[in-house]
Amino acid sequence: MDIFLQQVINGLVQGSIYALVALGYTMVYGIIELVNFAHGEVVMVGALVSLSVIERLAARGYSGWTVIVIGLLLAVPACIALGLGIERVAYRPLRKAPRLAPLISAIGVSIALQQLAALIWGRNYLHYPDILPKTQYAIGGAVISEVQVVILIAAAVLMAGLWILVQRTRLGRAMRASAQNPAVAGLMGVDVNRIIATTFAVGSGLAAVAGALVGAYYNVGNHTMGFLLGLKAFTAAVLGGIGSLGGAMLGGLLLGVIENLGAGYMGKLTDGAVGSNYSDVFAFLMLVLVLVLRPSGLLGERGIEKV
Amino acid sequence: MTPLLRALGVGKRFGGLAALSEVRFDIPEGSIYGLIGPNGAGKTTLFNLLTGIYTPDEGHFEFGGAPLPGKPHDVCARGIARTFQNIRLFGSMTALENVMVGRHVRTRAGLFGAIFHPAGERDEEAAIRARALELLDFVGIAHRADQVSRQLSYGDQRRLEIARALATEPRLLALDEPAAGMNATETATLGTLLQKIRATGVTVLLIEHDVKLVMGMCDRVAVLEYGRLIAEGPPEQVQRDPRVIEAYLGAETTA
Repeated sequence: MDIFLQQVINGLVQGSIYALVALGYTMVYGIIELVNFAHGEVVMVGALVSLSVIERLAARGYSGWTVIVIGLLLAVPACIALGLGIERVAYRPLRKAPRLAPLISAIGVSIALQQLAALIWGRNYLHYPDILPKTQYAIGGAVISEVQVVILIAAAVLMAGLWILVQRTRLGRAMRASAQNPAVAGLMGVDVNRIIATTFAVGSGLAAVAGALVGAYYNVGNHTMGFLLGLKAFTAAVLGGIGSLGGAMLGGLLLGVIENLGAGYMGKLTDGAVGSNYSDVFAFLMLVLVLVLRPSGLLGERGIEKV
Repeated sequence: MTPLLRALGVGKRFGGLAALSEVRFDIPEGSIYGLIGPNGAGKTTLFNLLTGIYTPDEGHFEFGGAPLPGKPHDVCARGIARTFQNIRLFGSMTALENVMVGRHVRTRAGLFGAIFHPAGERDEEAAIRARALELLDFVGIAHRADQVSRQLSYGDQRRLEIARALATEPRLLALDEPAAGMNATETATLGTLLQKIRATGVTVLLIEHDVKLVMGMCDRVAVLEYGRLIAEGPPEQVQRDPRVIEAYLGAETTA
């Protein structure tokens, strides 16, 4: 088996999930310069809501991708509502406060959501029912599963859609204008508060999809799953250049690949002293390196297709 | 004729300093109205009050017979658009896109339409683009449509700001020192452009440092000094007003 190719495939799959989450961080940062630390928890809620739906359908004997899609049909609106609620309650009242205030507020929301999820779904790891096909395809010495193919396609479609939304529509233009200069955008007739809310809605919708996909991929979820995933996705956003859409996509994919290559070769390189369970180290090693060598991120030139 | 805009005893304080107090004037619909005064007289503060960036501490504005709403985008929706003393374009967007942002307030497409993109939304987008191109042509920079706005020449950036403001379909166009930094030729072209704008039925409010430009072009002029209105009327009359000569024009001729 071709380990290199296999790790690249696994990395791209994991990376496209990071990218979907990273887009939420980067869009919000681009427009209000806030690191929305509660974003990982939105992903978690998306995963657990879809899990609840999927469990109930699976118990009635349904299976296959339709079940996941039905789970998404509930998880996406739930997360959009959650994202809008967080923005309205925790961030908007602090719009003119010192920058530390909304950051603390974000951490508070994050803890509150984790505890709320623990009350609803319990503190144990929840396992996804076995409903998805286990088909695998061989490509050049490596294998790719049907689940992985679906994740790659879904992420690619969503990212292309977001790109078109931002670059080619009236709403996207207003988002870019508000990101560049909210005061002037307001004077030109753009309701900036509304644009900010829409940005949260779009980011939260992507987070819901990412949550459902990540649950289906690893077959497991619980109330703390958003923390590490959120942190990794944030790392990806910084890696690509926070505020840049293309940067979030590139950073996510790159982080996934680096992490998986690291995990794949770590044992061999250190002669078994350090195993693949150290793969998380790579994510944060990357973050430190980027912050030292290129603080603005890979694509983080000022003003680049910022949202 | 009924005035389009009325300032009714407008005042604003910053801390203990009265930046503006008791400002009253009427701007007739269809006129070019000048607002002059030395640096720090409160001209830009007045613009910021008018466009909803600040709230007046006293008095209020009446626009088209009704009090002005508070939020900048609501003021814009009511029909007041402005440009800025120091140019504030969306620098990394193209000239065309800048003007298209101005169409935002007169169009509707939202997230739902954008995602499902039915034909209606595409038509609207095409209409926005067509109108934005028309406006670029109107101000004379249609050939720069696809250039990133921060790469445009200074004079073109000023015209682009005017096109963007016109895209919001204002009844009142407020220009904050549009001739600042322009040479004589550019200023003359600007004068022609302002006449063209007025001819389309838009009322123009002009803050200007260049007294000659104001006196030559405006139907009426108001003079601010230390936050107070010291004279108001047709240019010939204001020019002869001893207080104005002392406060502003006089200072310039003796300089």
